[in-house]
Amino acid sequence: MKVSLNWLKQYVDVKLPVAEIANRLTLAGIEVKSTNVIGANWEGVTVGKILEVNQHPNADRLHLVTLDLGSRLETVVCGAPNVAVGCKIAYAPIGTKMIDGHTGKVEVLKPAKIRGVASNGMCCSEKELGISENHEGIIILPADTTIGAALMDVLGDAIFNLEVTPNRPDCLGMIGLAREIAATTGSAFHLPDAAYPEADVPIAERVSVEIQDPDLCPRYCATLITGVKIGESPEWIKKKLISYGMRPINNIVDITNFVMLEYGQPLHAFDYEKIQGKGIIVRRARSGEKITSLDGIERTLNRQMLVIADKERAVAVAGIMGGANSEVSDNTTSILLESASFKPACIHFTGRTLNMPSEACTRFERGISPEMTIPAIKRATQLMVELGGGQAAKGIIDVYPGKTERKSIKISVASAKRTMGVEYSLDQIVNSLTALGFECHADKANLSVTAKAPYWRSDINIPVDVIEEVARIQGYEQIPTTLLAQAIPMQKTAPLTALKRRARNIMVGYGFQELVSFSLTNMDVLVKLSPESKKPEPLPVHIANPASSEQEYLRPNLLAGLLVALTLNKAFIDEGLRLFELGKVYLNRNGELPDEPDMLCGVLCGPRAERWWQGASEPVEFFDAKGVVEGLLKQIGIVAKFEKSADENLHPLDQAAITVDGQQIGVVGELHPLVKEHFELTQPVYLFEINIPMLLPLIKDKVYHQIPKFPATMRDIALVVDSGVTHQQILDTIKGFSLVTDMALFDVYSGGQVPTGKKSMAYRLTFQYPDKTLTDQQINGVQQAIIKKLTTGLGATLRG
Amino acid sequence: MIQRLSELKQTALLELDAVKDPSNLESWRVRYLGRKSELTNMLRGLAELPIEERKTAGALANRIKGELESVLETKTEALKTISQQQNMRADESAAAQGDITLPGRPIPTGRLHPISETFNEIADIFISLGFQVVESNDVELDYYNFEALNIPAEHPARDDMSTFWIDYENERGERQMLLRTHTTNVTARNIATMKPPIRVIEPGRVYRYEATDATHLTMFHQVDGLAVDKNITMADLKGVFYDFARRFYGEGRRVRFRPDYFPFVEPGVEVAVECAICHGNGCRLCGNSGWIELGGAGMVHPKVLERGGINPEEYTGFAFGFGIDRAPMLRYGIDDLRLFFGSDLRFLRQL
Repeated sequence: MKVSLNWLKQYVDVKLPVAEIANRLTLAGIEVKSTNVIGANWEGVTVGKILEVNQHPNADRLHLVTLDLGSRLETVVCGAPNVAVGCKIAYAPIGTKMIDGHTGKVEVLKPAKIRGVASNGMCCSEKELGISENHEGIIILPADTTIGAALMDVLGDAIFNLEVTPNRPDCLGMIGLAREIAATTGSAFHLPDAAYPEADVPIAERVSVEIQDPDLCPRYCATLITGVKIGESPEWIKKKLISYGMRPINNIVDITNFVMLEYGQPLHAFDYEKIQGKGIIVRRARSGEKITSLDGIERTLNRQMLVIADKERAVAVAGIMGGANSEVSDNTTSILLESASFKPACIHFTGRTLNMPSEACTRFERGISPEMTIPAIKRATQLMVELGGGQAAKGIIDVYPGKTERKSIKISVASAKRTMGVEYSLDQIVNSLTALGFECHADKANLSVTAKAPYWRSDINIPVDVIEEVARIQGYEQIPTTLLAQAIPMQKTAPLTALKRRARNIMVGYGFQELVSFSLTNMDVLVKLSPESKKPEPLPVHIANPASSEQEYLRPNLLAGLLVALTLNKAFIDEGLRLFELGKVYLNRNGELPDEPDMLCGVLCGPRAERWWQGASEPVEFFDAKGVVEGLLKQIGIVAKFEKSADENLHPLDQAAITVDGQQIGVVGELHPLVKEHFELTQPVYLFEINIPMLLPLIKDKVYHQIPKFPATMRDIALVVDSGVTHQQILDTIKGFSLVTDMALFDVYSGGQVPTGKKSMAYRLTFQYPDKTLTDQQINGVQQAIIKKLTTGLGATLRG
Repeated sequence: MIQRLSELKQTALLELDAVKDPSNLESWRVRYLGRKSELTNMLRGLAELPIEERKTAGALANRIKGELESVLETKTEALKTISQQQNMRADESAAAQGDITLPGRPIPTGRLHPISETFNEIADIFISLGFQVVESNDVELDYYNFEALNIPAEHPARDDMSTFWIDYENERGERQMLLRTHTTNVTARNIATMKPPIRVIEPGRVYRYEATDATHLTMFHQVDGLAVDKNITMADLKGVFYDFARRFYGEGRRVRFRPDYFPFVEPGVEVAVECAICHGNGCRLCGNSGWIELGGAGMVHPKVLERGGINPEEYTGFAFGFGIDRAPMLRYGIDDLRLFFGSDLRFLRQL
């Protein structure tokens, strides 16, 4: 919100420097985001009066202007069309910093001859002085401006760009802000005089008001002003509207806007003659009811919206915008002025549904106090009488079904300390609250205060609200810093969080770069994961209102993102890549909150290592990816098996399900060649996916086993088995022999002397017994039993 | 004979001196100390000498034998050392030629993502203050994201947190699931499920429907925090932030609290940290204010505690929340938030 300091100063006598006022407001909770000081560069710029205007000898469009600057005369060259003898203007001497009217850049005014005639300074336009974009002509100041006065004193101002929090609708008006400044700086505050003469006819004889839905409209006030003349607003109103960023329209509409900016209370002016039956009815809109709003657009309403109607039809969408059918026009002579209070939620809903954000809507939906209606309507009526030449009917219609008593709220020195950690004295509490307009009753015996919030504050409801007000005025810098004194609660480190961190660190140690990618994705990318370009089943979680078609779905896997990253990086990095992401995927559970397991997905592609001067490294293969999985699980404390799987994204022959106790925890394999093509990747891609939360219950507690005191014996055996027999089968077969403590495969071979359809597998067996040295005889016995079991179970023979 | 022994010793020592190759040591030993060497023969022939000469020559011959054995041992050791050094040099690759500036065998190197690192750092600080980490879901019910936090439907605070809704309507035609707009949803859940004393931090991803540019994305990261116990005050909140700022941003960094409004806390504050570049004097980075806005905080609103089943007459608490993506941006001088999530290794490998 843009707020002129000059305007604020009409209600508060604040003498502090601009920056200090901004700082006080910010520290009181109304953030001044920036300050635009109008006149910051106006040193030396003064008010001059044009004494003579002569034609420039060498240029038709230029004039030589003689100025009275009070203490001296100056002649300048001026090209503005609006120079005239007797005008008061803004004169800038040589050396003034000003904005070039054509380029918009800040330049220092230099001595110059214009078409052969020296110009000692210049007459300025608003644009040149940074007041507005207007460069049509020079500034013409009011006739009563003092010659020789510093322009800063005449036109200077500071425009604060404020951010008012949603709980303070009272600060969406100058008076509310002025009250805050008064309270935080200790300056005097005064309201404008809003008295006006009334005619004899009581308003009740001319118009009636009925509220049919008091739950949506707690209060409706109206005045009637007859005999007004529609015309332009005076300069002072126009200027104020412009300083806020509003466009002046006519005196009546401008007054409603001006008073809204002054008090924060939105008002609406109807053309009284256009109100059918001279009766206002506040009611819910009928379903499908139509109204053409002031902007000329036909709006369709529903039962949740509120309208202002006359006896025939809706004449306004309550709190949002008036209707074209009752609009104030150039011919209007009588104004029915509305100042009402509406339920914030209703206004918010209506404004949002009709997509009609407005200044009025912003103030109503934040819940401006119903008590603001009367002061605002009085002020607007006064101005309409004064500036529109009208006559006010006697009295104000005030229908107030929603009247509530303001609550008394009790706080104490102790309760303030309990919240803020500061012991404010009773005086500090009372003084702070009184400065803000609270009515206070102090109880010295009990060190407590009973406070009633001022009528304009709709945000004070419970004791902490009052305590906050005290703290705000006393300043938050007064709050000390203490350490939490309570005992530290029992800490259960979230095991999943710890495991995720561990897994990330392990992956980084294995040479993988961590990626963090968007959780929102699109179907185009997801279908690429299927060799047949099918959509994923079930469909991923869909966003009802996506920001773009790029971000329509929540990712059901991490793989797509990693493959996109591979493609991207392969374009400029000519080396092997190892990437991983550990994060949530979102699994649709139709109608329930999705399942959001943390997955770990890694991809490997290209050479195993960087290019080196002692020869290139081999490209990665299935067993690189599997090795990473085995290493990771081993470090975490999990023994997994790898079983045949049929994941359709993966190469049919080169993939495995990772299982623990028959439960699948992930998959490892080569990316399906067609999927690889979809992502425009040329080299084979190996990948793995592991469900991290599934690992948690599978982690075995570590138990110490004594280091064997007796030596182990190694024996190598080479088995010949059918090529279909797996390493796992051999391991499982030998599992029962407790003397065999390790079994390491060191060679797999087929061809040569090994018969077709067979393969040779060579193992080094480690035999060990905890409390004695095994004899050759014992080992031979076990070895023979093993071989016998392998022969009967798997048809293995010893290789000769 | 004595004459001959002296000559023999001289020759032997000279010859040993000349030996450079350890393999020649053996032939020297055979020649001078072997069973058929002259010295051995002389020792054997001692018996034939007259008794007087036998005594002197015998002692001399034995001494020379001892001396030669000793110098042989010394020489053997010396040659062994030299040979080890030579071997080491020979071990080096012929191509390397002793160029120790050649690159070592490459090890694949990985890095944590800067967001992960920042999370870890923040978590460690709060863990050391007695907080524990709690994570929750990104897709959330309207209730925990808004209602439980005093943000009912049609509350203007909702407008500041433009929401992505999940495309699913219940039987009443209402959308109830959304992408959480802040990690404060975890605060709401923790208040509903935990019993005081509570000290938790809640990191996670959050989503807002915003136009994307260098400093705004539809997804970003936050950490919320909550402490509920008897007698927790705003001063404790300030203390926690002072400690956090000192450890995360650096020694002596000041913290500013100023009133702000968040529906779920009362009083609410905006927390700012002294700008690292200008130390509070004002610069371009901090928009001339001297302060970098960190996030929002405040004393948990009594109604929010009550709704979660905690008696506000007995307990008080504070809550806070701040975005974390800005921290690595400031730390590394990154001007575009999008880089973090673009997976470009040319960026990630710098950090």
